[in-house]
Amino acid sequence: MRTLKFLLRKEFKQIFRNKALLPMLFVVPIMQLLILPLAADYEVKNINITIVDQDHSAYSQKLISKIMASGYFRLASYATGFNDAFDDVENDRSDLILEIPQGFERNLIRENEQQLYMAVNAINGVKANLGGTYLNRIIADYNADVRLEWVQMSKFNRLPTIEIVSSNWFNPTMNYRFYMVPGILALLVTMIGAYMCALNIVKEKEKGTIEQINVTPIKKYQFILGKLIPFWVIGIVVFTMGLFGIGWLVYGIAPIGSLLLLYAYLSVYLIAVLGLGLLISTYAETQQQAMSIAFFFMMIFILMSGLFTSIDGMPEWAYIMTKFSPITYFIEVMRMIVLKGSAFSDIKSHFLIMVGFAVSLNGWAIYNYKKTS
Amino acid sequence: MDTVIHTNKLTKRFGDFIAANEITFDVYRGEIFGFLGANGAGKTTAMRMLCGLSTPSSGTATIAGFDIYKQAEEIKKNIGYMSQKFSLYEDLTVLENIRFFGGIYGLSDRQLKEKSEQLIETLGMKSEVKKMVGSLPLGWKQKLSFSVAILHEPKIVFLDEPTGGVDPVTRRQFWDLIYEAVDSGITVFVTTHYMDEAEYCNRISMMVDGEIKALDTPAKLKQQYSVTSMDEVFYELARGAKRSE
Repeated sequence: MRTLKFLLRKEFKQIFRNKALLPMLFVVPIMQLLILPLAADYEVKNINITIVDQDHSAYSQKLISKIMASGYFRLASYATGFNDAFDDVENDRSDLILEIPQGFERNLIRENEQQLYMAVNAINGVKANLGGTYLNRIIADYNADVRLEWVQMSKFNRLPTIEIVSSNWFNPTMNYRFYMVPGILALLVTMIGAYMCALNIVKEKEKGTIEQINVTPIKKYQFILGKLIPFWVIGIVVFTMGLFGIGWLVYGIAPIGSLLLLYAYLSVYLIAVLGLGLLISTYAETQQQAMSIAFFFMMIFILMSGLFTSIDGMPEWAYIMTKFSPITYFIEVMRMIVLKGSAFSDIKSHFLIMVGFAVSLNGWAIYNYKKTS
Repeated sequence: MDTVIHTNKLTKRFGDFIAANEITFDVYRGEIFGFLGANGAGKTTAMRMLCGLSTPSSGTATIAGFDIYKQAEEIKKNIGYMSQKFSLYEDLTVLENIRFFGGIYGLSDRQLKEKSEQLIETLGMKSEVKKMVGSLPLGWKQKLSFSVAILHEPKIVFLDEPTGGVDPVTRRQFWDLIYEAVDSGITVFVTTHYMDEAEYCNRISMMVDGEIKALDTPAKLKQQYSVTSMDEVFYELARGAKRSE
């Protein structure tokens, strides 16, 4: 115990003396939490659209104004023909082309049928996809309007229509920040844990101070605890700052579920992530190596975590891979507890899996950490 | 005479390369044992095995009466080690370093206080106590490093090229510290490249290509090779070396 006290005192002194590390630990996460949720928004607005209106009729005007009134589109230009419009797409001025053919109004009234042509610039997949979907819906809506107008005019029986009304549970206004902030917070805590812990130990290797430690009677577990505890504490402090300081005060996200449960899960999660950092440090000889290895894992973990892309939409093999990333579970649990108010019984399996991660990663790291070569 | 280090055919292999080949020698209590050899002769490897930093491939050894394989942790309580590379914490102050290393060797608070005061007094570093170790000149760092290595009063202290890169005056002061340590009953095991320092040792071993080629007092070695200085002894022995950096 006494040895551990000396180790911890030394570690905290070094951390708080490191002028480069302190801002990394406390200021950077706050900045990221303030900026990222605003930027990482799935809603696509400002889709540039080029309209080729060859009909110039009242009906075509009505359709165009309906599209522009939706708020999702920005008119890039009116083109006289498809080739002109395609120039816009080629020069990245436009994402979508809508061509209204000649005789639009006439055909609609006379033939009861008219085709529109839509071309999507699929370079930016998300924008193209959503833009196309939005436009389809607007046109469908327009279609219904037109039909309704005629139905009333001719006093026929009204056609039965099915209207879908959806309500968004746990995030009624579909505010993406509610969804992103807990996820990003989980990510930040992970990076701090894994990176800082790995770099810290490897720095001792680089400087040669670890040799001096290895000739002392310090036990392996004492040294490891001396390294894990400070970053565990820092992880919890940063998380608390992010959750209350930013999540609550700035974004107004008050955790619905039990804070005790959330912190209990965080504690286990941090042990697992620190274990990963420790493991990396046992393999890396220099800080550069540690950085590269940590970066590799972080990239995979982040992209597979379900934060930016939906896990359910991944192919089977990728779906299985996400099960090996601890971040996936923490992000899920964060969202469940903070937004949905889930109880322990709901996240029991998440808890057990995380304990598994913590035990195996740390076990592996401790096994691999050698005082002698 | 008490034997504090005893090795028998101690060997370390790295793949095909034999860094230390069947090293056998004894070191007695209270002596200054000089461990000499050219660069790459295997001195550091041998020393790392004796300190428990490296596991031997074969052979046996006891340090302070403890078996090198089975009682490595006991050995660590009884030795001090000063590595070639400066290895105190540069971002801790002089006092904090002393307290930290003293603390992890299990010194009590009272001992820590007394010891650190005494140490700072001896080194004349009163005004530097609150300074970061990283800001001290190399000579001071080395002296501090040595003092910290013997803070817990070990039976043996291992010094790996302790005076590399320091000026002659500081080297002289450093050896004064070594003599003081010997007077208090600590056995000193030291590697060096300075032949004047070799003359200060009670006995000397010469390592060439991973083997011990000579072991005796400096006077007897000079006599044996019919030369007048340790420099020449070193040259005579190291000339045949096949390994170099």
